[in-house]
Amino acid sequence: MTPTQKSEAKWGLLFVAPTIIGLLVLNLYPIANTIYQSFFKTGDFGKGNIFIGLANYQKVLSSQETWQALWNTVKYALIEVPFGVVIALLLAVLLNKKIGGRSVYRTIFFLPMVCAPAAVAMVWKWLYNTQFGLLNNVLHTKVAWISDPKIAWISIGIIGVWSIIGYNMVLFIGGLQEIPGDYYEAADIDGASGVRQFFSITVPLLSPTTFFIVQTRIIGALTIFDLMFMVMDKTNVALPKVQSIVYLFYQYAFTNGNKGYGATLVVILLLFIMLLTWILQRAEKKIVYHN
Amino acid sequence: MEGAERRARTRKLLTHVVLIIMAFIMLVPFAWMILTAVKTTQESISVDPFYILPASGWHWENFGTVWKSYNFIVLYKNTLLMIFFRVVCACLTATMAGYAFGRLNFPFKKILFALVLIQMMVPGQIFIIPQYLMVSKMGALNTTFGLVFPGLVTAFGTYLLKTGYEGLPKDLEEAAMIDGCNVGQRFLHIMMPLTRSSMISLGIFTAVFAFKDLMWPMIVCTNASTTTLSAGLAKMQGQYGSEYPTMMAAATLAVLPMIIIYVIFQKQFVEGIATSGGKL
Repeated sequence: MTPTQKSEAKWGLLFVAPTIIGLLVLNLYPIANTIYQSFFKTGDFGKGNIFIGLANYQKVLSSQETWQALWNTVKYALIEVPFGVVIALLLAVLLNKKIGGRSVYRTIFFLPMVCAPAAVAMVWKWLYNTQFGLLNNVLHTKVAWISDPKIAWISIGIIGVWSIIGYNMVLFIGGLQEIPGDYYEAADIDGASGVRQFFSITVPLLSPTTFFIVQTRIIGALTIFDLMFMVMDKTNVALPKVQSIVYLFYQYAFTNGNKGYGATLVVILLLFIMLLTWILQRAEKKIVYHN
Repeated sequence: MEGAERRARTRKLLTHVVLIIMAFIMLVPFAWMILTAVKTTQESISVDPFYILPASGWHWENFGTVWKSYNFIVLYKNTLLMIFFRVVCACLTATMAGYAFGRLNFPFKKILFALVLIQMMVPGQIFIIPQYLMVSKMGALNTTFGLVFPGLVTAFGTYLLKTGYEGLPKDLEEAAMIDGCNVGQRFLHIMMPLTRSSMISLGIFTAVFAFKDLMWPMIVCTNASTTTLSAGLAKMQGQYGSEYPTMMAAATLAVLPMIIIYVIFQKQFVEGIATSGGKL
């Protein structure tokens, strides 16, 4: 090593040191520790933890509650991701044209992104109120938006879509601006209609952006917590049909103080997400259009 | 030609109609939040007649009452301190690590960067129990340090800044090297100032996500006087959930500061949040 290289190596290690130490303490150790804890029963009041092997896993996996929560989470994702993506794409295409008030529209659509989900959820809960809510009183309905187990998951999903379309839209606009304008000019000369252009130019050329959004949103949706926590009262009869995996994790680990069981839930979520990421990565090569 | 022009105009009109309907849907919850906040409790639960606008005048004083009775000044202070320290820590550690990963050669570089990637790939909930236990053992529950703790360093920020540094031209640094600047000087005087836009993005991103976080402050700051706006709202809802004007005034107070900052710096905000996400 030359002196210059040596000095560079020293500086390099010095510069990454705070981040690396932080990541080891704050992230890597916690991953190992969470997995470790999932093999223990959390002791009561000062008593040590008791090693129970795979008993937590057995309990979590044989509990109907876990599977229901996993299904609830997937159902939430099935609303938030497709609707959040399609509506955002349409808005992005509309806003990508030369029209007045573009930045005003963009500012409004993006607004939920800077609002605390706790506050957003509180407002929606009030909108959904069966007796006094705006929705039922304006529509002259009596729908139990958030306490009917058959509907509540959709109502929560709607809040999720409302919250995310602005963000997805901005990412789509970024992707759209990278598509060269001459593609559309050529298509115009050939007399291709707007719809035709959308499906044969926009959709394929935008597919890397779309794939990125879909992937991050799937993972984001699978870790949903705030909306369920704020909208659903603990006494709400629809709660078992709405609560997500992370909601369950929070309840067990921090409300009931059963850290071992909570750790097991989150390890299972980790495995589920890793599996999904792997599948998505493999699918990417087939779905995404590369030129 | 006239037909084409008319068609273009109709299309433009249609676009605006769709956009206005969507904008309306996006704004209804905010409007309803504020309209409820200025009603009396009686008006808010009156169904026949149902009031969209407050009937007995706009009770702006509701905000003052809520501000005082829920000690909003403390919630603002706690949230602000948390955001401030998280942004400072994130920017400081990420710019250093980002520079090293982006432009320097040093031993174990690949394996150390793998650590950054691992943190970004796993769901954040997996860190929470041990992080909580650490904070609790340090006796830092219900403190600002406890709130800041998980954000002392940032894998995402490191990644973002690394990309920023990699994008800078090579000859800038080489010229400085010939002039005899060491790595530290090159970083401080030449490279760091050039990544200002990435740093601003990271700062905004960190601030907004710290502001929105609910679970962590709920876990480490259970005390009403030490917690943040988000977790404070959750607490209030648990206690006074059926006093709707009060709750909506509280929600308004919680989101308003960020909305005002956002409207002023909206370009930086949209870019900061979206391009940060887009670069992942």
